[in-house]
Amino acid sequence: MSEDKFDAIVVGGGLAGTVAAYLMANAGLEVVLIERGNFPGSKNMTGGRLYTHSIEKIIPGFTAEAPLERKITRECVTMLTDDSAVGLDYRSTRLGKQGSDSYSVLTSVLDQWLADKAEEAGAQIIAGISIENLIVREGRVCGVIAGDDELEANVTILADGANSLLAQKIGMRAEFKPSQVAVGVKELIRLPASVIEDRFCSSDGEGTASLFVGSPTAGSIGGGFLYTNKESVSLGIVATLSTLVEGNRSAPAMLEALKRHHAVAPLIKNGKLLEYSGHIVLEGGYDMIPKLIGDGVLVVGDGAGFCMNLGYAVRGMDLAIASAECAAKAVIEASGQGDFSAESLAVYRTLLEQGFVLKDMKTYRRFPHFMDSTPRLFDEYPRLAADTMEEMFVVDGRPSIPLRKAVMPHLKRIGIGTLIKDVRKGLGSL
Amino acid sequence: MMEYVDVDEKLAVDKFYVDEDNAHIVLRELGPGDMMQFHTLELACPAGLYECLPDGTVRFDYAGCLECGTCRILCGTTILEKWEFPRGTFGVEYRYG
Ligand SMILES: Cc1cc2nc3c(=O)[nH]c(=O)nc-3n(C[C@H](O)[C@H](O)[C@H](O)COP(=O)(O)OP(=O)(O)OC[C@H]3O[C@@H](n4cnc5c(N)ncnc54)[C@H](O)[C@@H]3O)c2cc1C
Ligand code: SF4
Repeated sequence: MSEDKFDAIVVGGGLAGTVAAYLMANAGLEVVLIERGNFPGSKNMTGGRLYTHSIEKIIPGFTAEAPLERKITRECVTMLTDDSAVGLDYRSTRLGKQGSDSYSVLTSVLDQWLADKAEEAGAQIIAGISIENLIVREGRVCGVIAGDDELEANVTILADGANSLLAQKIGMRAEFKPSQVAVGVKELIRLPASVIEDRFCSSDGEGTASLFVGSPTAGSIGGGFLYTNKESVSLGIVATLSTLVEGNRSAPAMLEALKRHHAVAPLIKNGKLLEYSGHIVLEGGYDMIPKLIGDGVLVVGDGAGFCMNLGYAVRGMDLAIASAECAAKAVIEASGQGDFSAESLAVYRTLLEQGFVLKDMKTYRRFPHFMDSTPRLFDEYPRLAADTMEEMFVVDGRPSIPLRKAVMPHLKRIGIGTLIKDVRKGLGSL
Repeated sequence: MMEYVDVDEKLAVDKFYVDEDNAHIVLRELGPGDMMQFHTLELACPAGLYECLPDGTVRFDYAGCLECGTCRILCGTTILEKWEFPRGTFGVEYRYG
């Protein structure tokens, strides 16, 4: 590595790192991005859906140009028991409207595209080097260390993802608790575009986002997801570690159970496995945000805990992008003043607070606790829904009884008071 | 009894550059008191790399690691002697993500 001092070093070539590098290089700063994998994106996996509002304003024309998969115009939520499925199916032309549009993505592909953009803007991209430590002098981060090589910069941006070991090493974040983290397991399954469009009733280029809650995760907090891509389907599960380890179904077995469920199996029939992946999801929300700013250092994206598990969806990509934008702006401003102290970089936090990142994280602050304290969501409520449907639709010649009476025993099993409390708690946390 | 899933068959489609000279995760010598901890890894590792065999012995192989960090979070301070990212260029390589 060179001996020169850079304006900024970015550690990590995910969404956050590539966007930060792009913006700083565009502003004329000398930037280097260092990624441990063989190319930016090579270590990354996501569920599947990017809300593009955050990036369209950074890279105008992004939606038209970037390697996106399908525009999501259909949202499904399905509650599963071992032998039934009860679902909501929402389709609206408003879903695809510019400004609120979202797309299924394959993050390894997208990250590479963004890294190319950063490189075109003048950033230097170094792949295949894992940063082991930070250079810290008198409490100030002055650069990075890999093996015998050292590289210095005015500011180091840690965009090293959910397992940010570097932030932990310099004491910016505490160790995670198993209740704050979920593990995600995903299969990417190839299917011809025409088959996807037929099975999911979508028109050309449009796609479906589908969530599942219930039996596959066997009582653990979590659920399944399915996103349709151009010529593949991303199918996976997410399960919170603290409850997963108390059960007796492993994470890979949860995914298998989802795949084999009779409501899911026909959707992926004859599909071919293209990739199998695993990754953690940070779901502690606002209360797990680490120290974001130090002398000469900023933390962005998943590394900063900017990820929300809202039960019906995981949102981290747009937060990674928007936090990278705030950090880049702070570094550009600090460079103008030649002051890279924590006080000077504090504008990063101000920008996060003014934009949607910290506002949304605050809004949903109580949601992780709601999921934690309401295990019925993942077990009894799907069963209640299925039992109610059974009473309504299974006609077998026995004399009918009023639905109200038929459903009562199921409601009593949970307790009507508990149900009302859960609904109130749920709404209160949203 | 845990349901068996053949994860190896799935990992076989992934691209790995295995660092033969350097194990990035090392399990320490386990005693009987460690089996509870080990069992959490059996459940949580997405690659199914922690296995307890019928004769009671345990098996772990870092070669199919997806580098998710789950085992570090659960047992990094207990039954794991070492957890690091693989050296640069080594490990799993996602083509799609
Ligand atoms: C199963 C699952 C489903 C999800 N679904 C969605 C969804 O549908 N929508 C959504 O918006 N979000 C979703 N998310 C969250 C989203 O994927 C993340 O929030 C987002 O990808 C984070 O981007 P990042 O750039 O911060 O981190 P990453 O993409 O993890 O990038 C970090 C980078 O840093 C590199 N790195 C780490 N350490 C070092 C080091 N020491 N030296 C050099 N390089 C290093 C890594 O190799 C990696 O490239 C999901 C996540 C998971 C796991
Ligand atoms: S890092 Fe993840 S994939 Fe690798 S051994 Fe640990 S739990 Fe398994």
